Amino acid sequence: MKPSLSTSIGSLTLERPTILASGILGISLDVFKRLHSAGAGAVVTKSLSKEPWEGYPNPTIFSVKGGGWINAVGLSNPGAENFAEMIRPNENVPIIVSLVGSVEEDFEFMIKKFQDCKVAAYELNLSCPHVAKVGLEVGDDTELVSKIVKKVKSMSDVPVIAKVGLGSTDYLKTVDAAVSAGADAITAINTIRAMAIDVEVERPILSNKIGGLSGTPIKPVALRCVYEISSKFDIPIFGCGGISTWEDAVEFILAGASAVQFGSVMGDHWDEVFSEINTGIEKFMERKGYSTIGEMIGRAKRS
Amino acid sequence: MEEQRDPNHPHICTIERVVDETPTVRTLYFHDPVLGKIGDVEPGNFAMVWIPGVNELPMSIMVSEKDDQAGFTVRKRGISSTGLYNLKVGDKIGVRGPYGNSFDIKDGKILLIGGGTGLVPLMRLITWSSGRNQITLLMGSKTKDEVFFEEIAKKLKQGMYAGHADLTIIPVTEDGSYGEKGYVTDVLEKLLEENKYDAIYTCGPELMMYKVVKLANEKGIFVQASLERMMKCGVGICGSCCVGQDLACRDGTVFDGEYLAKSSEFGHFQRTKSGILEKI
Repeated sequence: MKPSLSTSIGSLTLERPTILASGILGISLDVFKRLHSAGAGAVVTKSLSKEPWEGYPNPTIFSVKGGGWINAVGLSNPGAENFAEMIRPNENVPIIVSLVGSVEEDFEFMIKKFQDCKVAAYELNLSCPHVAKVGLEVGDDTELVSKIVKKVKSMSDVPVIAKVGLGSTDYLKTVDAAVSAGADAITAINTIRAMAIDVEVERPILSNKIGGLSGTPIKPVALRCVYEISSKFDIPIFGCGGISTWEDAVEFILAGASAVQFGSVMGDHWDEVFSEINTGIEKFMERKGYSTIGEMIGRAKRS
Repeated sequence: MEEQRDPNHPHICTIERVVDETPTVRTLYFHDPVLGKIGDVEPGNFAMVWIPGVNELPMSIMVSEKDDQAGFTVRKRGISSTGLYNLKVGDKIGVRGPYGNSFDIKDGKILLIGGGTGLVPLMRLITWSSGRNQITLLMGSKTKDEVFFEEIAKKLKQGMYAGHADLTIIPVTEDGSYGEKGYVTDVLEKLLEENKYDAIYTCGPELMMYKVVKLANEKGIFVQASLERMMKCGVGICGSCCVGQDLACRDGTVFDGEYLAKSSEFGHFQRTKSGILEKI
């Protein structure tokens, strides 16, 4: 029998464990449908805010010599209301709605906008490293994390995921706050604060000067975080950070992830990457005699 | 040969020559052994152009007579395009790319329809079809002052950039102050009544292209248009430039007319910086 790629995160069951990460591509339902057909188990939207945000001027994204990408797009998004209207016709794409805000009321306002949309889960962006007063600045404040998670949980009957990153507070404390407040899953990690300077023009390349590093260079760091979280907490994890091959995906699953998210890899290989990674995982499972993803989750932690 | 460079990291180039095309349009030629090879950059390809301290813009890559040189033709409008427009010889810009797909050049008799800076990819298309095609070029502008690239088109005809081109050049001005009078699409309608074309390629204002695509589709002629959209990454990860399920940067910028005819966005909507669809 063929192994099953199906995976469960709390009450959410996905047919495949490969998910489009937040910030990548997520502003059009047509694109979501295309990626779902290409093999994505789910898609995470761009992080949505109460009002539309334009983001920063370009340059906002470029690749780093030697590998990886640095971006400071600045959370550009059409705002929760416009976005909800855009995805309202959705029927069968598992859409995980990512939300970003500064206080509980921001999240309360946005959740209300999605009440009549088919949402698979909410992911709370507690970790964007390049926009003031949201993202990491919220994630670093564990009391605020607790309040926001409790608020969203009280309003939502789909899983609530907390996306954490490496800020100035020990990220495990942020995870602890989210888990204690009732979060159903954790996504780890976001991009890591970074920059690049061009020596010819003697200026930072990003208009925002500082942004977030993604792609292959952060994979070992992200993997370590997933391993640490799964060792300390009994909670489903979305592994995220530099995944570009089936082998990377399997590494994260063995470290304790129930599913993986990726996006930077699409700068080099476009939507074919979903089926490539899915097929690779399937072949690995066949070769190793696994019939479910569940059998592999956290297997690297055995003594 | 310089070492293999990362196409997604800004490569710094120096402006070598600035040409005033009209009172508001300039071409800035820069040294670059990669973008400056006519045969290596396909018609329709674009680059992300970093103007340090200002912004980064998607720009179609203009051909140059000189080896290892390419250009960007810019109309000053907002702060960013004016920032590029104001650069001088010796100033530095960063380029990423080339990105995007290209026009699918059919054999036979082809018609090119360009408006304003949309003529840039069509100039390159001529270098690629020299010696292969019988080409007619319609160059649209408002008035005589706004006509540009006619001299370059004549040089292309004489084979000064690539081989000799079998090229008919038809300038069209809306006020009739130069060339044919009216919109390029008016002249197109007349041409379509009198001639048979194997393919039509267009780049320029979207409403012009919308009309071109409509007319060509009605006649059953193969047509392609190069679309302009808000772009940030240029490589298919930010999603800013999406048109339906496609990305202008990765699946385009060149799209088939048959496909565009079915699009609910082409000719009607484009996305803002925040990703909201707004009326064109």
